[in-house]
Amino acid sequence: MATYPWAAGYVDDGDRPKIVTARFEHEDSYTITRYHATEGYAGLKAALTRTPGEVHDEVRGATVLGRGGAGFPAGTKWGLMPPEKYPRYLVVNGDESEPGTYKDRLLMERDPHQLIEGCLIAAYAAGLSQVFLYIRGEMPLAHERVATALNEAYAAGYVGKNILGTDFSVDIILHWGAGAYVVGEETALIESLEGKRGEPRLKPPYFPAAIGLYGQPTIVNNVETLSNLPWLLRNGVAAYTAIGTETSPGTRMVAVSGHVARPGVFEIVNGTTTFRDLLFGDEFCQGIRDGNSLKAFVPGGGSAPWFTPEQLDVPFEGRVAGAAGSMLGSGAVMVMDDTTDIPTAALTLTRFYAHESCGQCTPCREGGTWLMRVLERVVEGQGTRADLDQLLEIGESICPGKFPHAANSALGLEATPFPYKMTTICFVGPSAYAPVHSALTHFRDEFEARVADTPARRQIPVTAVH
Amino acid sequence: MSDEINVTVNGVPHVARKGQLVIEAAADAGEYIPRFCYHERMSSVGKCRMCLVECDTGRGPAVTVSCMATVAPDMKIDTQSPTVKRMQEGVLELLLANHPLDCPVCDKGGECPLQDQAFSHGPGESRFVEEKRHFEKPIPISDLVFLDRERCILCDRCTRFADEVAGDPLIHFTSRGNSTHIATFPDEPFASYFSGNTVQICPVGALTAKPYRFKARPWDLQQEESTCTTCSVGCRVVVQSSRDEVLRYMGVDSEPVNHGWLCDRGRFSFEATKSAERVLQPLVREGDALAPAAWNVALAEAARLIGEAKAAAGAGSIAVLGGARGTNEDAFAWARLAHEVIGTTNVYAQMGDGLPVGLLGLDRATIDDAANAATVVLLSPDIKEELPVLYLRLRAAAEQRRTKIIELTPKRTGMTPYAWRHVGYQPGTQVAAVDGLLADADVAAQLATGPVVVVAGRANLAESTATTVQALRRLLDAVPGATVLPAFRRGNVVGALQVGMRPGKGGLDTRGTLQAAADGKIECLVLVGSDPLADFPDHSLATRALAGARRIIAVDTFLSASAAKADVVLAASAFAEKAGTHTNLEGRVTSLARKVTPAGVNRADWMIAAELALELGSDLGYGTVEDITADIAAKVDGYAAATPAAIAADSDGVLTAVPGAIDPMNHVEAVIGERNAYDFRLVVSRVLYDQAEGTAHSPSLAHLARGSAVHLHPLDLDRVTSTAGARVKVSTASASVVFTAVADDSVLRGTAWVPFNQPGPNVGELIDCFAAVTDVRIENV
Repeated sequence: MATYPWAAGYVDDGDRPKIVTARFEHEDSYTITRYHATEGYAGLKAALTRTPGEVHDEVRGATVLGRGGAGFPAGTKWGLMPPEKYPRYLVVNGDESEPGTYKDRLLMERDPHQLIEGCLIAAYAAGLSQVFLYIRGEMPLAHERVATALNEAYAAGYVGKNILGTDFSVDIILHWGAGAYVVGEETALIESLEGKRGEPRLKPPYFPAAIGLYGQPTIVNNVETLSNLPWLLRNGVAAYTAIGTETSPGTRMVAVSGHVARPGVFEIVNGTTTFRDLLFGDEFCQGIRDGNSLKAFVPGGGSAPWFTPEQLDVPFEGRVAGAAGSMLGSGAVMVMDDTTDIPTAALTLTRFYAHESCGQCTPCREGGTWLMRVLERVVEGQGTRADLDQLLEIGESICPGKFPHAANSALGLEATPFPYKMTTICFVGPSAYAPVHSALTHFRDEFEARVADTPARRQIPVTAVH
Repeated sequence: MSDEINVTVNGVPHVARKGQLVIEAAADAGEYIPRFCYHERMSSVGKCRMCLVECDTGRGPAVTVSCMATVAPDMKIDTQSPTVKRMQEGVLELLLANHPLDCPVCDKGGECPLQDQAFSHGPGESRFVEEKRHFEKPIPISDLVFLDRERCILCDRCTRFADEVAGDPLIHFTSRGNSTHIATFPDEPFASYFSGNTVQICPVGALTAKPYRFKARPWDLQQEESTCTTCSVGCRVVVQSSRDEVLRYMGVDSEPVNHGWLCDRGRFSFEATKSAERVLQPLVREGDALAPAAWNVALAEAARLIGEAKAAAGAGSIAVLGGARGTNEDAFAWARLAHEVIGTTNVYAQMGDGLPVGLLGLDRATIDDAANAATVVLLSPDIKEELPVLYLRLRAAAEQRRTKIIELTPKRTGMTPYAWRHVGYQPGTQVAAVDGLLADADVAAQLATGPVVVVAGRANLAESTATTVQALRRLLDAVPGATVLPAFRRGNVVGALQVGMRPGKGGLDTRGTLQAAADGKIECLVLVGSDPLADFPDHSLATRALAGARRIIAVDTFLSASAAKADVVLAASAFAEKAGTHTNLEGRVTSLARKVTPAGVNRADWMIAAELALELGSDLGYGTVEDITADIAAKVDGYAAATPAAIAADSDGVLTAVPGAIDPMNHVEAVIGERNAYDFRLVVSRVLYDQAEGTAHSPSLAHLARGSAVHLHPLDLDRVTSTAGARVKVSTASASVVFTAVADDSVLRGTAWVPFNQPGPNVGELIDCFAAVTDVRIENV
């Protein structure tokens, strides 16, 4: 067994624990009938027999890490809400648009009830009665499936007033995004929900938990994070933490794309699985395509600094990946084999971020596009040697100080750990720079070859006038 | 004090206030942090990233947005570290990357924060060799403001101003990322009364004002601080000129008054000062025409006319109207001339369009009092139209949830959206409206929560003041301790009234004077910068009065309709041509600067008064304007503190005391007749842009007057005519005027609203200033 025609992209191979993708093997996994047949809403029922505080403690105890990118524990996040301030909201970030990431889409398309149940458990634990489900506009099937599931759930009494005969009432409101990457940033998503331009909010306040949607305490959680909760409530903390490591328990979904023999979405064991397991393991990607060799890979979505084969033994453990000079981010691995033209690859990613800049802060708006334009010239063979240093200089205006990168023994480079300083409001600006910086750090020779024949730009002397 | 927070700024200990922004704390400590988007009168947005510094609160230096972050105990603020310098250079290089660098042809060059900070904090040269961003430019975003999107650095100042301060969110960002730009809505211009402020706060040359474009370079401008006299708010401005020509006003941030903002009418009406239509020399009537004359000839003629009048029917047959357009000194000199030298008691500065002068005898509130009161009751005209910057202050108070606004007006106003309670009343029913309001338990509770300020003024020129006075009295009796902010509109009307341009014992007010003139009882009418034909609501009476007055002397800057009927016209200098002081509606005395030489051979009104006194055989004893300012401080009730030295010492001026010499207004009886159900009750009020001299002679503003039309509620309009834009005949018992009909849902049903002093049919012909209210019949033509 490997793939299912109805869940294109999902790969189910090997004997691993499955938490969020267990129902994917069924063609009708998105229906309430199938959901009921597979312990559906048992997690909610289990939760309702406990106090909200107990449910919260359970999520905290299981250290369910946020799967959106930052890897912040969900239980801790909920605890950041000021007590006694109501109303408060749960916003579900289904605006999955990080390059290379396509796991949440599968979760919404294949198991919408699991997400709804997760929302209800979170709402119960955090004491809130309104949930906003924000789904990316480019995912019509996900929208349709979640909408249908929501109608079914309302009809069955799981959502709405007095859920399952208790005092607990929740409304879930479905909202469709309008096509902006930056709205995946939680505060931009809140702005978008409020009907404003999707632009990240200024920090501080750092967390919407204090001041979020409509100025009220708000939790923003990723689809995958919430999809973990029904299983956790059904099976308990011990079962959850038995999988993975102490700091990264459970499983996580990883989307692999690029030059591997078998790209796709895999549910892997958190913390212990290494990138080597993932890219070369038989149950996963089965090595590099066409017998080529691995040149580099992006470990955590397009905005993450790149790893080279030297980092293959880094496990899916946030702190280890951070120390190695990158991040696990949204669980998207992009693989480049030795046929890859590195400057073009860097340009492709940078172009995306330059295009997706919201434009409100200067370094991202101007710097991202400038990086892209210089890279374009370099790729077209119109660049100069000075342009390469220029790229790093522009990058330093976005991220002052040392930018994280992986170790490279061939070049004698030590790793610079995550994170970085930034002059921008959110991570879009640094994301435009990350591929440029990684490519120039590890593969400067490829850029040098591109600009070798072009003459250095004539320096125009600047004379001071006093 | 628990409010003090110890920080260090670049290693130097400094005591900051709790909640203070890092950028402000650093400024207090003498460290200027460069900025573009930050503006102290608007909320912080942290978009430009120019003000990034490093702050260490114990966890190592962290990149901090100094316009967003507040100080914390023991914070180490570093504004000069290598990282900070690198970030500043980086942000500036990025800001300049797509900036056209057309400083040599840019109006802002020389006073441009981008230019200045590029020099002080920038990298010195740009490495950007790509093609720059291009937009069509400049594009007009309103009648007064042009936008150059290539120069724009997207700091969000103008858009924030439009939204937060002006309440006219008509411009915003559109598109995304590198192609983000400012735009209006399609087919909807940035038609804000406050659009000029965006030009002033723009940190680059992206927004330019039509009246100033390509007129001067900043280093050629000379400036003097002064006060805008367009309305009685008295906003502080700097008057800037080059080669003896006034070119621009800029708002000055006066904490108690205008917070740096100006309305467009005030900002751009300077064009009138240099209008080619100014009267440039005295004129004396020769038969049907006015002929130029020398000052000695004109003054002698004026003195002769006064003398003749006195001889014919005594000093009581002479009346002096006006003084509200000039300085306190002008008004005081003319008041002394009228009361002491001529000996008449018929003196008045109002043109029959305000509440009685007794309003100034009530306990006075300041603008700050109103903007910090728990409750503000507006028993006033639309202050957005008449006192625009007061509107900004009160709007801010309401938006920032400091103040609840209760509004009683005969039609919806610019303030209505911000009002906690709005009561629309039919003219003549103010008292019932106040009674109804006071009977509301919520309102009573609100009025008891804290200070109450009543903004009182005349909301309708087509009804007598009696009911409004009654209603105000009722309100003040019901709310003990409430203070009044008098919503007198005209420039220095409060100053003129307080220093003496008001009737003496038994004297006539304007209405009485004009009635007497119409009856042939006025031998000499002196118009000191006043134009009854344009400004007195009852146009018929004004016309008869000017025809009936035997002799007319006009002191004016322009040959107004009334001045054209004078026997002698004494050419007066205008705003920015004369020094002096101004009293705003709260009684604040501020300085007025002389920036340019007067047009022609014109003289200040006070000089004319002094000269005329000499011709009449008396000496007022004034050699300089300071003599009069000192004399006002010595003699005028409430002005003791307003000495020349005190006024010069404080840009915010000196607050005068409530004059005890003015009796507080009292209860007056008003009888409102029965109303015919077919009739509409007429409401006439002013809007910002009208045919006032300052506006009509400023080319940039003149065309903004909306034109005379009768506005009816859409359902009423259906009753009268089938089509909007149709011509309708509006009739009273004695007159009828044909207007265009306009559907306007801000007008109450059963009333008809006509803006006053607009181009087109004259609504003044329908107004009888002796009638309690004006009911009109409206018929399809």
